Amino acid sequence: MNLMDTLYSFLPDVLTAEGFAGIADEAAGVVFLIMLAVTVAGGIIACNSERLVRAVAGLAVCFVGVAAIYYFLNSPFVAMMQILIYIGAVCITIAFAIMLAAPEDNKKPGPAGPLSGPLGVITAGLVTFGMVGLAIKTQFPAMPKLNMGSVKLIGVQLLTSYSMVFELVSIVLLIAILGSLVIARHGRSK
Amino acid sequence: MDLTIFNAIIAVVIAIAFAAANAAYLVLAERRGAGRIQRRPGPNVNLFGILQPPCDGIKLMTKQLVIPGGADKALFMVAPVLAMAPAIMSFVTIPFSDTIVAHSMDVGVLMIFAFASFGGMAILLAGWGSRNKYGVMASVRAVSQNISYEVPMLITVITIVMMTGSLNLHELASAQSGGFWNWNIFPVSLKDGFMLQPLMPVSFLIFFICSLAETNRAPFDLGEAESELVAGFHTEYGSMGFGLFFMGEYANIVIGASLITILFLGGWGCPFGLFPGVWWFLLKIYLLIFSFIWIRWTFPRTTIYGLLNLSWKILIPISLFNLLLTAGLLKVF
Repeated sequence: MNLMDTLYSFLPDVLTAEGFAGIADEAAGVVFLIMLAVTVAGGIIACNSERLVRAVAGLAVCFVGVAAIYYFLNSPFVAMMQILIYIGAVCITIAFAIMLAAPEDNKKPGPAGPLSGPLGVITAGLVTFGMVGLAIKTQFPAMPKLNMGSVKLIGVQLLTSYSMVFELVSIVLLIAILGSLVIARHGRSK
Repeated sequence: MDLTIFNAIIAVVIAIAFAAANAAYLVLAERRGAGRIQRRPGPNVNLFGILQPPCDGIKLMTKQLVIPGGADKALFMVAPVLAMAPAIMSFVTIPFSDTIVAHSMDVGVLMIFAFASFGGMAILLAGWGSRNKYGVMASVRAVSQNISYEVPMLITVITIVMMTGSLNLHELASAQSGGFWNWNIFPVSLKDGFMLQPLMPVSFLIFFICSLAETNRAPFDLGEAESELVAGFHTEYGSMGFGLFFMGEYANIVIGASLITILFLGGWGCPFGLFPGVWWFLLKIYLLIFSFIWIRWTFPRTTIYGLLNLSWKILIPISLFNLLLTAGLLKVF
């Protein structure tokens, strides 16, 4: 421990525990903005790339950004589940489907829908205006911290207060599995 | 100690150094082991070929980075980084001993599996980005393999987590402290009185097989089946791009061995309760890595159908049954 203390004394203030705690609050906002930028950038890549695989990669970047925000908001469990499920399962399944279906590259987009062009810009502007207005007008009361993102409490909550939701989600998943089985077995003799 | 920028930087540097050193010297160990098993010397210039890894490193780093004409440049460049970086991240939460851990997390097990799932993404992007038919086929294979072996692996982890009641790797390891009779791999635990877990060896076997498959090691290395697919998903990669894939593979092997050690073999504990510490941890992971190398050069490669059948028809039912029975036993005793 003495060695570490000696090492600390040579460091600039920012790098020591006290100095770091001082700038941590200010740095938090910057970190949050970086995460937000990563999420938005991923979303833009996902929407605007012509190659489908690139769109999936953009989606993965977007999910990483969201996971980082969860971690930042003190729920590491949700962050890890976000990565495990959305990148480890959802993105890979989508990419897998793209590869098996082998679509032509650089396919021309289909005819534009009625909301493209000026009308689309107006719609997007109105939605953004509404959301920003809501965000600015709403008072966000600081909620008391429920727990330290502890897995045990999440589990207890899921199996007591929210057990109905939990069971319903599992039924949805069961139906999805059955549906995929029905589609996959169609036309097979055994 | 509080987490400061200073500590975080030191932890990351140590993690990168540990991963890189292991990657370099495990290649040498693998080639020596292969030589031994195949009755040939292997790299043997300069004291057991001890200078081979630095020479390989210099060679890889000074080679020109060739991007094939039709490749998707961005994905082609991103894939090797994506193979290496998450592996290094996982080292952050692995406890090497009672005190040596960069950041002990409550959800450590989940974190390692979450970052391991980036590996599948890296292989997919590499195969697709290089726009090579062998690459695409290999990446489809490797990813279907990764997905199907993740299922029994996670189910097996649940049995361990149920017994210990924690997702923290540090707690999982310290729950087995004392001596080898407390380790999770053995069916009888004397930790808190007499406790019978007859299915633990089964769990260990499933987890061991799955970690071989998850790290794309032979006999499950269908992603780079040289006899059919040239070099699989990294066919088009040369110089350091290939080097990063290789380092990522060995870093993943070290993580797999660490996970087996922590979950089943008592982590940093001594078999006889003497001098627990980081040396026991390293001894155990290197013994496991040796067994990985031994298996790789002993068994021939399976077919893709055999591989997927093994997971979906054998390992998943057994692991589900194992989970139910362990839960029942926990309830009864």
